[in-house]
Amino acid sequence: MRIAMTYTRLRVEERMLIDAFVDLGVDVTPIDLRHVIFNPTQLGEWAQYDAVFDRSLSLTNTLTSVRILESLGVRCINPLHAIEACSDKLTTTLAMLRAGVPTPEVRVAVDTESGLQGIEQLGYPCVIKPTVGSWGRLVSRVNDRDAAEAILEHREVLGSAGHHVVYAQEHIDKPERDIRVFVVGGRAIAAIERRSEHWLTNTARGAVAAGLEVSDELADLSQRAVHAVGADIAAVDLLECPRQGLLVNEINHSMEFRNSTTTTGVEIHRLVAEHTVDIATNHASQPQPIGGYIQPADRGCGAPAERESEREVGSVGASLRGDVLT
Amino acid sequence: MTTATITATCPECDAAISFERAPLNGEIARCNDCSAELEVISTEPITLELAPEVEEDWGE
Repeated sequence: MRIAMTYTRLRVEERMLIDAFVDLGVDVTPIDLRHVIFNPTQLGEWAQYDAVFDRSLSLTNTLTSVRILESLGVRCINPLHAIEACSDKLTTTLAMLRAGVPTPEVRVAVDTESGLQGIEQLGYPCVIKPTVGSWGRLVSRVNDRDAAEAILEHREVLGSAGHHVVYAQEHIDKPERDIRVFVVGGRAIAAIERRSEHWLTNTARGAVAAGLEVSDELADLSQRAVHAVGADIAAVDLLECPRQGLLVNEINHSMEFRNSTTTTGVEIHRLVAEHTVDIATNHASQPQPIGGYIQPADRGCGAPAERESEREVGSVGASLRGDVLT
Repeated sequence: MTTATITATCPECDAAISFERAPLNGEIARCNDCSAELEVISTEPITLELAPEVEEDWGE
């Protein structure tokens, strides 16, 4: 069993995962994507791996590498469609709506004036977010029209083209916390609450995490959400709305969990590693998202020997540099 | 109590950085003296550089 773990920074999570793979007897090769040259026509040295587990901190690097690797038939975790669905908040919203998973109401516009009208439809306060972003960056709560106009003008003048899309979400008056549920292999394995007096409850913004029991409702909603985006492994962020109950806010395809193993008592890294090995062992096809995606034919991963017989294995393909840990 | 035996030098303030076990390339460390975030760019010998600043597309 050989698994490659692609990364751009080796954080605590990546070391925990490497250790978990080693404990399972897996040959795991950490591969720094910054040193890789892809030849999209040749599988090359990637043929030796039963699966590639992406842990890049950079979304751009993740999308670049997984697009190429999946195109070459490599089983990537998570699959490209799941990464695309989770990394773009609008795509996540659409996936939730298609699957009937409760999610906050949004308005979307590609023009500032239309965006402002959309915000007024939602009413104040509401939340404006970049469609792509993490750790709560540039997520803004606007309390009145003046603030909305100011933020949209700043985004129009200072932001990239992507920031000109107005994605506005109804404000959920949550009880000073949000909930994160970790879903691995279709099963909710652990949950935390992230508590903060600030309306943003990202731990990257100072919220304090504590373990939370996975209730049947939490498990059901989060599993449906992850199923909707077709992810192998993901963390679902939920908001408790006083009027609507639990709502799925966001889904994270490359979750951070360094503090969640101690707070939950669940060895998340071990369960993630075990599920990855299951996928690689069984050459499991990708989980499919619900509706709306045009999927390429199932390429699977295939046994390494089978892939090697199909494709040239040599030094012309990907140039890898990583230490093999056994 | 673990005795750290693996050390490197902070490129920012020249302080000694200790590792409890052998680091891997790309691993992130923090200097206790100057708080600089550092990246391991070589393991033999252990060489550190200032870690890249957070970019817009980083995250979960």
